[in-house]
Amino acid sequence: MIAPFSWLKEYVDIDCSAKELEEKLFGCGFEVEELTELGKDVSGVVVGEVLTCEHVEGTHLFTCQVNCGDRGTKQIVTGAPNVYAGMHTPAALDGATLPGGITIKAKPLHGIPSEGMLCSGEELGLNEDLYPGAEVNGLLDLPKDTAPGTDIRPVVGLDEYIFDISVTANRPDCQSILGMAREVAAVLGRELKMPRTDYHPSDYQYPGLKVTVQAPDLCPRYLAHGVRNITPGESPRWMKRHLALCGLRSISNVVDITNYVLLEIGQPMHAFDLDMLENTEIIVRRAREGERIQTLDEKEFALTTDNLVICDGNRPVALAGIMGGLNSEITDHTRQLLFEAAKFARDSVRKTSRALGQSSDSSARFEKGISEYTTELGMARALHLIEELGCGEVTASSFDESAGAPREGKHFTARISKINDILGIEVPAEEMLRILSSLQFEVKRDGDLLEVTAPRYREDIEIGEPDLAEEIIREYGYDHVVPTFLKNAAVTGGGKTPDQLRRDKAKRVMCAQGYSEVSTLAFYAEEDLDEMRIASDAPERQVIRLLNPITEKLSIMRPLLAPSLMKIVVENIKRGNTEGRIFEMSNVYHPLGEKVLPEEILHLGLAAFGNEEDFFRMKGGVEALGEAFGLRFDVERATDVPWLHPGIAAYILCEGERIGAFGKLANEVTAELKLHKDSKTHHKIFLGEIDYPKMISHAAASFRYHPISVYPAVIRDLALTVREEVTCGEMMSEIARACRQVTDVELFDIYRGEQIGEGQKSMAFKIRFEREDQALQPEEVDKYIKKILGNLKFKLGAEIR
Amino acid sequence: MEQKIRALREQMEERLRGIDSREKLSAFWQDFLGKKGSVAELMKGLGAVAKEDRPAMGKVINEFKVQAEERYRECSERMEQLEMAARNRREQVDITLPAKKRENGTLHPITIIKNEIINVFLGMGFEVFEGPEIEDDDHNFTRLNVAKDHPARDMQDTFYISEDILLRTHTSPGQIRVMDREKPPIKVLVPGRVFRSDSDATHSPMFHQMEGLVVDKGITLCDLQGMLDQFVKQIFDENVKTRLRPSYFPFTEPSVEVDVSCFECGGKGCGLCKHTGWIEVLGGGVVHQNVLRNCGIDPEVYSGFAFGIGIERITMLKYGINNMGLLFENDLRFLKQFKD
Repeated sequence: MIAPFSWLKEYVDIDCSAKELEEKLFGCGFEVEELTELGKDVSGVVVGEVLTCEHVEGTHLFTCQVNCGDRGTKQIVTGAPNVYAGMHTPAALDGATLPGGITIKAKPLHGIPSEGMLCSGEELGLNEDLYPGAEVNGLLDLPKDTAPGTDIRPVVGLDEYIFDISVTANRPDCQSILGMAREVAAVLGRELKMPRTDYHPSDYQYPGLKVTVQAPDLCPRYLAHGVRNITPGESPRWMKRHLALCGLRSISNVVDITNYVLLEIGQPMHAFDLDMLENTEIIVRRAREGERIQTLDEKEFALTTDNLVICDGNRPVALAGIMGGLNSEITDHTRQLLFEAAKFARDSVRKTSRALGQSSDSSARFEKGISEYTTELGMARALHLIEELGCGEVTASSFDESAGAPREGKHFTARISKINDILGIEVPAEEMLRILSSLQFEVKRDGDLLEVTAPRYREDIEIGEPDLAEEIIREYGYDHVVPTFLKNAAVTGGGKTPDQLRRDKAKRVMCAQGYSEVSTLAFYAEEDLDEMRIASDAPERQVIRLLNPITEKLSIMRPLLAPSLMKIVVENIKRGNTEGRIFEMSNVYHPLGEKVLPEEILHLGLAAFGNEEDFFRMKGGVEALGEAFGLRFDVERATDVPWLHPGIAAYILCEGERIGAFGKLANEVTAELKLHKDSKTHHKIFLGEIDYPKMISHAAASFRYHPISVYPAVIRDLALTVREEVTCGEMMSEIARACRQVTDVELFDIYRGEQIGEGQKSMAFKIRFEREDQALQPEEVDKYIKKILGNLKFKLGAEIR
Repeated sequence: MEQKIRALREQMEERLRGIDSREKLSAFWQDFLGKKGSVAELMKGLGAVAKEDRPAMGKVINEFKVQAEERYRECSERMEQLEMAARNRREQVDITLPAKKRENGTLHPITIIKNEIINVFLGMGFEVFEGPEIEDDDHNFTRLNVAKDHPARDMQDTFYISEDILLRTHTSPGQIRVMDREKPPIKVLVPGRVFRSDSDATHSPMFHQMEGLVVDKGITLCDLQGMLDQFVKQIFDENVKTRLRPSYFPFTEPSVEVDVSCFECGGKGCGLCKHTGWIEVLGGGVVHQNVLRNCGIDPEVYSGFAFGIGIERITMLKYGINNMGLLFENDLRFLKQFKD
């Protein structure tokens, strides 16, 4: 919200500096994002009186003697054709600065000494609206009553401050100069001087003119008022300057009035050229499907029934709240017009604006919200300005279509004690009354009770006491809040749940295994699943799709973590990180139906890459994770995980249930990675993904220690020859199963060679025997060994070596 | 005989001085204390000594034997010490060779800060609740007092999955879910990932928030500031102060923006605080009465406050990270720096 300091001063006697006002506004909830001094780039420029002016032979230059008051008389050479003796014009003296980072130096021009530069209006950063004559070709011709030597900035109105104020979404009433002036008046404790809104309609009625609102849900209030005998022309200087300070160019008196009211009152106004309407009728209705309109900026739109339009009986003449139609535009030929001041539903304006990609200062205001008070005030102000500018006759053709909203401010009873309870401090009742009155609330006090009527423009005031508490504390000052530490609250137990603690632990275990946690986006693209060779009919393809993704690349909620982790691995390799281990614990998503929230399943994904990595290192990490929760994982060869190598991949089994998979990234996937060929062979990539809830469901809720045997364990080594296809896992489980005295089996060697024979291998195991009830005798262990050997031979064809 | 012993003594001392190896040491033993050694010979010679002199002589021989043994033991110990020293020298390693270890992984900085924040509030009796990331309109907006026509509901800002189902735009729906489940006193934190249709240098479409909610009898705005004072002291610095200033959120009233005094410059003004002495860290306020009512809690009896912390913001402030992108790039050179 742009507010020039001088404009605010028209409604409030401000006796503090712009900087001080900035601080006051900050304290009451309006952060000034930028406070700009209009003439901040201009320095060392004074009013100069051209005493003499001689043409330099053979050039377009003039040598001038310039009276610069206290600064003395300076010789300045200028090329401006409009210079004349007796002219008062800005003189930038040696060392002066101008907008655009220009510094003026005294230096000879064409060999003639020159002690500065005479300036045009544009060189000072002025335009025609800010200062008349600023855009003439040549020097700025200042009035003769300007005193030579005085600083140019106040002379041309560059001693101005522009506030750019951030207004919170609940205060659309402050999206105007008047709205901000109300806040300034309150915070400074000054009176608010309202702009004049009186006008004197003639008796003339436009014959047959009718206004109908057919969509009151989208247009709760519609005011229209006819004006005739328009005399198009320029706006007065003060109006042009106000518009210019807010960044608008002057167009013509009538158009300027609509813009002025928008800025000043916050009411978007529109004016229709009545002679351009095909029917003397205004209808506010939803557009028909496919109906078209060309807006003022000559863009054409096809409309739908979601769009609200203003029609002249036959065709749309305005896109309600957004922009007028080209067909009814105000021009220099306009003699009769109809002003519109309306309240359009803000979400309707927003939706239409977004859908059509068309916006304006008006639509921005409507989207934030307009009160009906503003609508009424805006219309009255516009009609007053017609009269004040003398550019037309306000007729008696006045229309007010209302959906029947109350015409008075919200009224409620509030307790002083309750307001203080909310705040936790004691604000004196007189202070409350003072603050509320300064904010234009009507308040009557009866003991603890306040009878309050909110100003009509404060549509944010909803429920009473908390609203008042907020109004009071922001004016009273947040520095009055005395921090207390839950002095009234009950003591609570708090703490994390066992499940939350287990998740923390899972992360710690992964870190201890050398895996670093990453954080990746929850969405990616279908093609990320393609890259992982996920079949089109695989369950992972049942994904949740965003209706409005930022890009197609981020359009589905991920059903798997692995694609995200793989991308992080690739990115790291590209950046020269030659090895690494990463993990993430995040949700994957599974749709359960249109109307219900989808299932969110916590997955633990892991990835390892680098020359040193292999399947068994990752297996170690996975097993360590299980062991941390007292779980024993088994593996089952996984040949059908599309993103894993069919020969170097495993399903993780926990008590027989598949809880995840891991292994080497499939060669087919590796081949397609956008990596240098060398790094593909060099950086082996391993990936895994675990369904965390499935895993943790096997973990015991509590843990009790297992007694240790007082008798020493006996360890025996066994070397066995077996066919190549027999796995280590089969051997080990067979050994472990043979007798319950076996408490651990560990493979310590595999040998293949001539002595063993083709298709055979030798495996050596360390077997640990323990008994809790008595010491193990060698003969007893021999007996177990015999049994183990017998089983191995019978079931797996293993022979002792 | 005595003379012979004296000579042997001298001989023995001579031999001892020359011993520099195990071999020489055992030769010494053989020669003096072995079966055919000097002592054994002396003992044999005892037979030739007059009977009455024998005890005295035997004593002298025995003294010599004890002395020889003593000297042998001394020499042996010295030998061992020398050998041990030599062995130690042999076994010496270059201790500056690289260590053998499995490098620990690290938690993501967001997780570290999230845990730090949670720990501060656990000490104050908070619990932790995590709601769904995919939410319905009701929890994310309606019951949080966000009006039907509020711009936050726009497709510009919110990712929708269907008309009613969306990616939560804040952790505030957690307030509703908690208040539906539990009745006051409530002290809860809701950490989580949130999503907004925003992506540029300073915005990620996904980021992390932490909601805090306290509902009980007699909770005031002063309690909010008191608790946040405690929080910022523990997270940033003992000397950090908070400042409240008016703001707006649909689900709190009054609403405040909370600034902390700059912990870099102590409030004097520096680059970090953009020369204002204050840094904006979070938003909060008194829980809106409509929100309490929407959860079946009577605002005449109970009141509360809520606050929302941007975890990225705190992380960046604490670690001096000036580019949010780093938090989502997951470059190991970055991640490995955070040791928790």
